[in-house]
Amino acid sequence: MSMPILKHLPAVALGAAVALGLTACSEQPQVIVYEQGEYQGKADARPWDGPAFKGDKTAWEAAIKNRARGQNEYSRSQ
Amino acid sequence: MGRMKFLCDAERCIECNGCVTACKNENEVPWGVNRRRVVTINDGVPGERSMSVACMHCSDAPCMAVCPTDCFYKTEEGVVLHDKDLCIGCGYCFYACPFGAPQFPNGPAAFGARGKMDKCTFCAGGPEENGSKAEFEKYGSNRLAEGKLPACAEMCSTKALLAGDASTVSDIFRERVLRRGGGAEVWGWNTAYGRAEQGTAGEGRK
Repeated sequence: MSMPILKHLPAVALGAAVALGLTACSEQPQVIVYEQGEYQGKADARPWDGPAFKGDKTAWEAAIKNRARGQNEYSRSQ
Repeated sequence: MGRMKFLCDAERCIECNGCVTACKNENEVPWGVNRRRVVTINDGVPGERSMSVACMHCSDAPCMAVCPTDCFYKTEEGVVLHDKDLCIGCGYCFYACPFGAPQFPNGPAAFGARGKMDKCTFCAGGPEENGSKAEFEKYGSNRLAEGKLPACAEMCSTKALLAGDASTVSDIFRERVLRRGGGAEVWGWNTAYGRAEQGTAGEGRK
């Protein structure tokens, strides 16, 4: 009974060694895959998403436009 | 909202470097890195002109095109920003930029030893949580999220440096060009010296 097992032992051992050796091949890639022309970094929050405007884009645009117009001293002096 | 832009009026810039100082202070930019600087043409010669220069947040930005790690992005408002976690300090953007905007903390060092690129963010921070400590340490202040314009433009004493939406900024500049002239046409002349019809305009009268 034990003779067939002993006969296949080298093959079983070889198979186990190959399987063990190939486990290293399952390693995850350590670097990101770059795509030409596509931003690869983290997503950025939009300026109106902060605590000051709480997602109100219209209010943010109005605030920025008002601030920008304030740079015109002609309108401030008349 | 279209495109956030800077516009520097060379007729007004007096080379005070107030914008440079405001930027340094607002963003706590390290020594050796100048996100904004004032360039003077024909320095010392009558008719010299100065201009405040930083990242112009180009509509078709060359830095974005050449970056090998694609760390640049453009926000909805048209501000060109980058992710410092991806930057490898290769310096390609420095060579591509026509305005000399990209800066490196370790100066002109060899490849990879320059450190991560730093540039003007239009006071819009970077890809971190708005107003967070991480954002400030990596990218500086996020004034845009507070409804404010970049510190350099807001600090400019002569309002030579304008910032904001391109249409608003160009409207201001257009009005300025139409209204300013020479001599009695210059802005503020009538207020200070009176109108010509009042007979008090300063025309060499004694």
